[in-house]
Amino acid sequence: MKSALAVVLLALGSAGAIAQESPTPAPVVVASKPFGESYLLAEVFAQLLEARGIRVERRPGLGATEIAFGALRSNAIDVYPEYTGTGLLAILHELLDSAMRADPRRTFAHVSRAFAETYGVRWLAPLGFQNGYAIAMRRADADRLGVRTLSDLARVGPTLTAGFTSDFIGRPDGLAGLSTTYGLRFRDVRPLAPAVKYVALAESAVDVIDGYSTDGLLAKYDLTTLVDDRAFFPPYEAAALVSPRVARDRPDVIAVLGLLSGRLDESAMRTYNRRIEVNGEEIPVVATSLLRSLGLTNDGAVERSVDRERAPTGFVSFMWNRRGETISLTLRHLQLVIAALLAAVLVAVPLGLLLERARISAEWIVGALGVLQTVPSIALLAFMIPLFGVGVLPALVALWLYALYPIARNTYTGVRSADREAVEACEAMGATAMQRLVWVRMPLAAPIIVAGVRTAAVITVGAATLAAFIGAGGLGEPIVTGLALADSRLILSGALPAALLAIAVDGLLAVVERSVRPAHLRAK
Amino acid sequence: MALGLEASELFHSYDGAPALDGVSLSVPTGTVTALVGESGSGKTTLLRSFNRLVVPQRGMVRVGGTDVSSENPESLRRRVGYVPQHGGLLPHWTIRRNVALVPLLTGMASPDAVADEALRRVGLDPSRFGDRLPRELSGGQRQRAALARAFAARQQVVLLDEPFGALDAISRGDAHEVFGRVRSELGFTALVVTHDLAEAARLADQVVVMKQGRVEQAGTVRDLQRSPATPYVAALFERARAAGAALEQHS
Repeated sequence: MKSALAVVLLALGSAGAIAQESPTPAPVVVASKPFGESYLLAEVFAQLLEARGIRVERRPGLGATEIAFGALRSNAIDVYPEYTGTGLLAILHELLDSAMRADPRRTFAHVSRAFAETYGVRWLAPLGFQNGYAIAMRRADADRLGVRTLSDLARVGPTLTAGFTSDFIGRPDGLAGLSTTYGLRFRDVRPLAPAVKYVALAESAVDVIDGYSTDGLLAKYDLTTLVDDRAFFPPYEAAALVSPRVARDRPDVIAVLGLLSGRLDESAMRTYNRRIEVNGEEIPVVATSLLRSLGLTNDGAVERSVDRERAPTGFVSFMWNRRGETISLTLRHLQLVIAALLAAVLVAVPLGLLLERARISAEWIVGALGVLQTVPSIALLAFMIPLFGVGVLPALVALWLYALYPIARNTYTGVRSADREAVEACEAMGATAMQRLVWVRMPLAAPIIVAGVRTAAVITVGAATLAAFIGAGGLGEPIVTGLALADSRLILSGALPAALLAIAVDGLLAVVERSVRPAHLRAK
Repeated sequence: MALGLEASELFHSYDGAPALDGVSLSVPTGTVTALVGESGSGKTTLLRSFNRLVVPQRGMVRVGGTDVSSENPESLRRRVGYVPQHGGLLPHWTIRRNVALVPLLTGMASPDAVADEALRRVGLDPSRFGDRLPRELSGGQRQRAALARAFAARQQVVLLDEPFGALDAISRGDAHEVFGRVRSELGFTALVVTHDLAEAARLADQVVVMKQGRVEQAGTVRDLQRSPATPYVAALFERARAAGAALEQHS
């Protein structure tokens, strides 16, 4: 027991050390949401700050808007690229009025005032381009059906299948508002991950998707974007969003990031996005060349990554070239899983035992843990941010919460179902409650308890891939990035080791389960 | 020295349903008393009062003259052997370790040797059965091991709750024979719950008939048979005779 505790503390300690660096001077935490352009802009921010001697910490690919903004307003991150339309509708939950519709500047002014007053968060001056929603179809279909505008789409919608990102389906400025404005109906609407929607459209699995107007993939797949003829979509001007801490204490950071204001236009962004999403170039390389083309960094400092070896052709050699990173991601993943699991065992096993003694409330408490299990992982992770910031700690807490239920449930059930007459005979012969627990209840329940740990372990290995959404690292990192960039090799480079890890952990615990089987249940 | 059992004016109910309704009982030192009655008559509740598995709401329970409520329950229970209906052997422990349970609990010098001696007394060769698991024994052998566990630490009192009720007739006969022999060798006081009047006659010096939480009649089988105090007792004997039971008091 003692050594198990030591391992937990060690794991938590090393995790904590990664989560927080020395306090002075605090590095500026630059983050992004998990899609190509957001990664690129964040890397541009980071490189520019570094070039001006400001220390930076990168947290790319944070969940979705709720997670990234939640982290920013609580100063867990300091800056990430955001869009005015998203700020208005998804964060302020306000609707576009006619004045804003007429002039993007009004939207920016409104949003930046409201954010400063409500959250203390500051919008820096816009970068100079818009990246709004773009409803896209295959060019051949659009031509055949004569669809150029969203009003045209409303006419033929009932014969088409739409594939929209869940973000778009859920947002008021997404499908709901669009349907009302245009009277749009589809034969079917399927939720699709951002990574697969272009492929799904290209291969005719769906007929209509939501994209962003600067997506590099729009060009790759020969798609048409439809004109928003009733101006439903609000302006989505891109800008750096800055945390209350930096807004207050770091005028140097504001000044450096301000150098980018008004410097990027849509066609330039589409080009850079295309280099990432279609050509598969490394994000830091593209960021460097973007900064250089704006004359914001000197050439000498940025040559380091340009001559990097081009991506090899085969998946095997791709994996082989990433082996070092894969190993370190796997270790981090294991660290998360082991720490969360051990902490869960230390709490859930005693809890299960206690519950067995107080049966009246047991079902309620176990039930409550079960309800926790139904909270989607990503939502649970989002809830953790106001409490624990971003990084390893909130991920550990969330994984720990997930692991509690199967372990507590199995402990409770296992101890409860132990041979009652044997337990009672022990009591009747003068064994203390502790002796009954250690000699009878625990040994008889051990395989069931270990089976619970095994379930929890497999769940945790899987759920830990989502920890990447709140910047905890692990094998989810290449999965999140790969999903954002529609790079299936990158996705697999995280998903394969994660699956193997789940199988290995399951197998290992199966052995443990067999070894704790009490004597009378072993085959002779 | 064996110890006698005494209960006076016990009242107990489960969720308002009375299980003991003014029961008094006395088991003289070194004798065997059988509690006979239908299920729900309160006989098991009465039995369990003597090792504090049940604490009656009113009344006094004494073991060897000492009020059981004044004693730490663990130390009381280590002095009082117990045999439940299906033996209650720990399924994952060997027979030897099972029988050594109380010696282990009380910190006796060599629990294994004590267990082996007890096993020999109930006719189970420790070299053959000591290292086996309960599931590797027959039902009759298991009950004999459970009996061995109940007296291995030289308990002066043994409580038995329908100890042989689940056995077939032959195993039961063997078990009765073993019980009688061991008890006369060791001289412990015993209280046996049974619903079988023939078994009560075979094992006990005194029979106590219970019904609805009360004692209907107490005495030797002969007394009860000759002069039943209530129609219920009379009917009980009538039924046993009709079933062809040999109601012979053990000597």
